[in-house]
Order: sequence, then C-alpha cells, then structure tokens
Amino acid sequence: MNSTLNRQIANALIWALLLTMPYWIGFVGGYTSLASRVVVLALAAMSLNFLLGFTGVLSFGHAAYFGIGAYGVGMTIKYLAPSTPLGILVGMGVAAAAAAIIGTLIVRLRSVYFAMVTIAFGQVFYFIAYRWNAVTGGDDGLSGWRTLPLDFGIGKLDIAGQPLTFYYFVLALFAVAVGIMALLLRSPFGRTLLAIRENERRARFLGIPVEQHIWMSWLISCVFVSLAGTLYALLNNFADPHDLRWDQSGDFVIMAVLGGMRSFWGPLIGAAIFVVLQDYISSQTENWMSFIGLFFVLIVLFFPRGVVGLLRRKAAS
Amino acid sequence: MSLLKVEQVSRRFGSLVAVDQVSMTVEPGEFRAVIGPNGAGKTTFFNLISGFLLPTSGRILFDDQDVTAVKPANRVKLGMARTFQVTEIFPELSVRENLRIPVEVAAGHRLKPWQSRADARAMDERVDELLQRSGLTGKAGRLAGELSHGDQRATEIMMAIALNPRLLLLDEPTAGMGDQETYDVTQLIRKLHREQKLTVVLIEHDMRVVFHLADRVMVLAEGQLLAEGTPDEIAADDAVQEAYLGAEAETA
Repeated sequence: MNSTLNRQIANALIWALLLTMPYWIGFVGGYTSLASRVVVLALAAMSLNFLLGFTGVLSFGHAAYFGIGAYGVGMTIKYLAPSTPLGILVGMGVAAAAAAIIGTLIVRLRSVYFAMVTIAFGQVFYFIAYRWNAVTGGDDGLSGWRTLPLDFGIGKLDIAGQPLTFYYFVLALFAVAVGIMALLLRSPFGRTLLAIRENERRARFLGIPVEQHIWMSWLISCVFVSLAGTLYALLNNFADPHDLRWDQSGDFVIMAVLGGMRSFWGPLIGAAIFVVLQDYISSQTENWMSFIGLFFVLIVLFFPRGVVGLLRRKAAS
Repeated sequence: MSLLKVEQVSRRFGSLVAVDQVSMTVEPGEFRAVIGPNGAGKTTFFNLISGFLLPTSGRILFDDQDVTAVKPANRVKLGMARTFQVTEIFPELSVRENLRIPVEVAAGHRLKPWQSRADARAMDERVDELLQRSGLTGKAGRLAGELSHGDQRATEIMMAIALNPRLLLLDEPTAGMGDQETYDVTQLIRKLHREQKLTVVLIEHDMRVVFHLADRVMVLAEGQLLAEGTPDEIAADDAVQEAYLGAEAETA
C-alpha cells in the first residue's frame, strides 16, 4: 500500500514539474526550447527503455528510427504536403515499417549479437541520409523546411513561432505516448515482457512465444522513438544525419542507464541530466562528452540502478 | 489410453549417444520416476520429452498426438509443463507476479494490452488459490529471488501448476536441498499429484523421494533402459543394484 502511495506522489510530482517546466527552468539557467529538448529526448530514452529495461533487450540502433522520424517529417513538409501532423504520421509510419521488417530479421538474436546487428542496420540508414545529397541534403542535413502551424479548421495553433506553445504541444504528445507505454506495462502483455526480461527460458516454458513478444516490444519501442525523432526535427526545423548515427543510439542508452533502467521515469531523469550537462558544459569546453562519460562511469560503478535507484535507496533508509 | 508414449528415442551429441533407443509409456494419473547414475542420460531424456532438445531419431506421442518436433510454447498449450534442475523463476518479481504470469498465459491473455476488472479479479483469485495450496500466501509480496531454495522451488512448481497441465515434468526438484526442504517439496508434489490426479514424470537423485512418490520407476544407465518396475521391484533388481545403487554406495 505504502509503495503505491509513494509511486502516486512521485508521479504527481513529475507531472507537476513537467507542466511548469518552462516557468522555472529560467531560474536554473535554462530556456524554453531546452525544456522541449529535455522532453523530446526523455521520450526517446523512455521508448528505448520499454525494450531495454522492461523486456531486457539492448538495442544500439534506436537512432535509426529516431532519424527516420526526423527525416520523415522534414521530407513530408518539404516535398509532399505542408502539414505538420501528416509529417509526424509519415515519419512514424515509415519507421514502423522499417522496424517491423528489421525486427523479424533480428528477433532471434540475443545480447551483444542483437546490439551489434541493430547498430549495423542503423548505420545503413545513416549512410543513406549522409550520401543521398539530392534528397536528404547529405552531410549538410535536411533544411529548407519549417514547422507549420496546426490547422484545426476553426483556428490555427502556431507551434512554430512560440517556444512555449511548442513545449506544450510536445508535452501533450509525450503524455499520450508515455501513458500508452505505462498502461501496456501494467497489462498481461506487459507482464510477459517482464517475464522475458527476468528469465527467457522460464517464459518460453510457460508457453510464451518469446520471439513474437520481443518483436512486438521492439516495434512499440521503435514507433515511440520515431515520434520523438519527428518532434526533435520540428524543434530544430532541421534533420541532421547525426540523428541516425550509432553514437546517438549510444546517447539514448546512456540516458536510460544513467537515470535507472528498471524504473519507468528513470530515463526521463537521465535525459534531463544529459541534456542539461551537455548544455552547460558544452558552453565551457569542447570536450563536454568526456565529462558526461566520467559522470556516467561513476554512476554505473557506484549506483548500478542509476539515479532513481540511488533516490529509492535513500528513501528506503 | 496412455498419456505419454516415448518410442525408441535417441539423441546423439557428436559421437556420444546420450540417449539410446529408450521407450516409455506413462498412463494418465501415473507417477513415474526416472533414475540413473550421473551421466546416464536422464536430463537429456527429459529435455527430449519437454521439447528443449530434438531427438536424433524416434517419436514422442502426447495424448496420441505426435509432438516430437513441437516447440516448447506449443507443448504447454497441449498440456505439458516442466520445472528445471536449477530453479527457473522470475527473481526480481514478487511471488504473486511469478504466479500471475502463467495464470494469465493459461487463460489466453498473454497478448492483452489491458484487463477488465472482472478479469483482474478472476486472475487474482486463481493466484490466491495457488498460493494457498503451496503455503506461500504469507510470502506473496516478497521478491521470488529472496526466498529460500525450498520456497523458490515451490514457486516454480506452482508456476507449472498454474498452466493447468495434464503432464507435469519435474527435473530433480530436490537437487541441492537440505532434509527439511526436501521433505517439504516432496510433500507438496505428493499433495498436488493426489489432489488433481496429475500425471507426473520425475527425474530424481534422492532415492527416498523416489520411493516415497513414484508408482513406477524407470532406470537409465549409459543412455539405455536398464530396468523398469515398481519401486520394490527396482530395489530388488540385481542389475540396478550393481549399476546404480552400488555405484552410489561406493561414492558415498
């Protein structure tokens, strides 16, 4: 009983902080679009963690689907139709199709082999974006398009011009995505994923077709990471080939592990720490990544359950 | 009609013949033990029955259906459930969740993305019943990995029972346990067998457990069938004495 109450308090606190973030982030040296960046990358890390923390499968290629989302929305607006929602749907649709196909090819692999093959497939998409100058803009990235206002028929919502409006647009989609993932994890299907994480052999001999369930978890995870990718491109009015590269995948894994991958909100904390550290330190030194790396190593060595694990231990003692 | 029929199964690993043309017939409601010295091929034989390994030759019939090449998840659907020599549970989930997962799988809910209140209550009731039958009710909220060896084994056995199996396969359920735990687990298995006339195939090392539980005993030695009979017949069998009980006495 006590732990459910604690969880409800934690949930309420997190939502309160997220809802008010643009109003307090200034006091800690941030700005509204940094808040948007935190929420977008938190969505990516939490999506990755659906697979990593709650199914026990490590992907090192999630940036591919993040990037497909980013290019999907950018290319739709630039070449197809001037509609932000359509762009988001196209980005997610293409990412879902790619993840569905690649998923069937890799779902039998485990541990480091799975991770390696996800990197390999990810790099294929990276090189397409990097080389296909005429369509993707190649090394320079995809520019020459911009986020368009949402047209509701009765009126328009200008998510492009106002960072504050854009933040709440992002937060609304974040809430929907995260809400769906939370519900799934509490469902019978979600429990089969925990079973696979805990003990794959036992799960199989309880009658769970493990490959089918991992495939579904992978697909869900990739679709939500692609949503994050579309929002990232809309935030920057730009899609960068780096969004698809394997080191971007590594950043998502770092965020999840840093915050605590056994916790639902852990990757959000991890993403916030990552983004804020990046923002502060990169203005001081070019070598900001080595500081994040050092911080990461310290957390993993001393608090293997991440920042949330540390907080829980404090709360328990 | 027999529930399980193993016909002349063999399994090779390279040049080693781990199981060599072994046949076995198990009747519904029967409690069958498979014994033999270390390296006799018991566990391999067991893995062939449960679908963990494929036989090199031979057939396995369950309820008159050929299941030789049927995958583990599908064997569960047909009504076969197993436990492992090294306890296989979900260590970082509570005992209740450990049982809830197979209960939901058995109810056909494994792909459900949500659950109605009525369903949730029905699942809870079934879990409560399983907890009560195994005496784990007081430990339902504990993480399974924190329990004693004996309680972990009881959890694993109840996870198999949660699947409503017609055939329960137990691979050395008392391996590595002290006397009290061995006794408790043996009592639990006996109770489950009696309560629901469950058909059981048991691999076991501990003779006390075998003689206490089994209707019929089958002895394997060097991958081959050495003898089969009631516990008393096996105890009196000279070939068994020499191959198995003798070898045991020497090492003891």
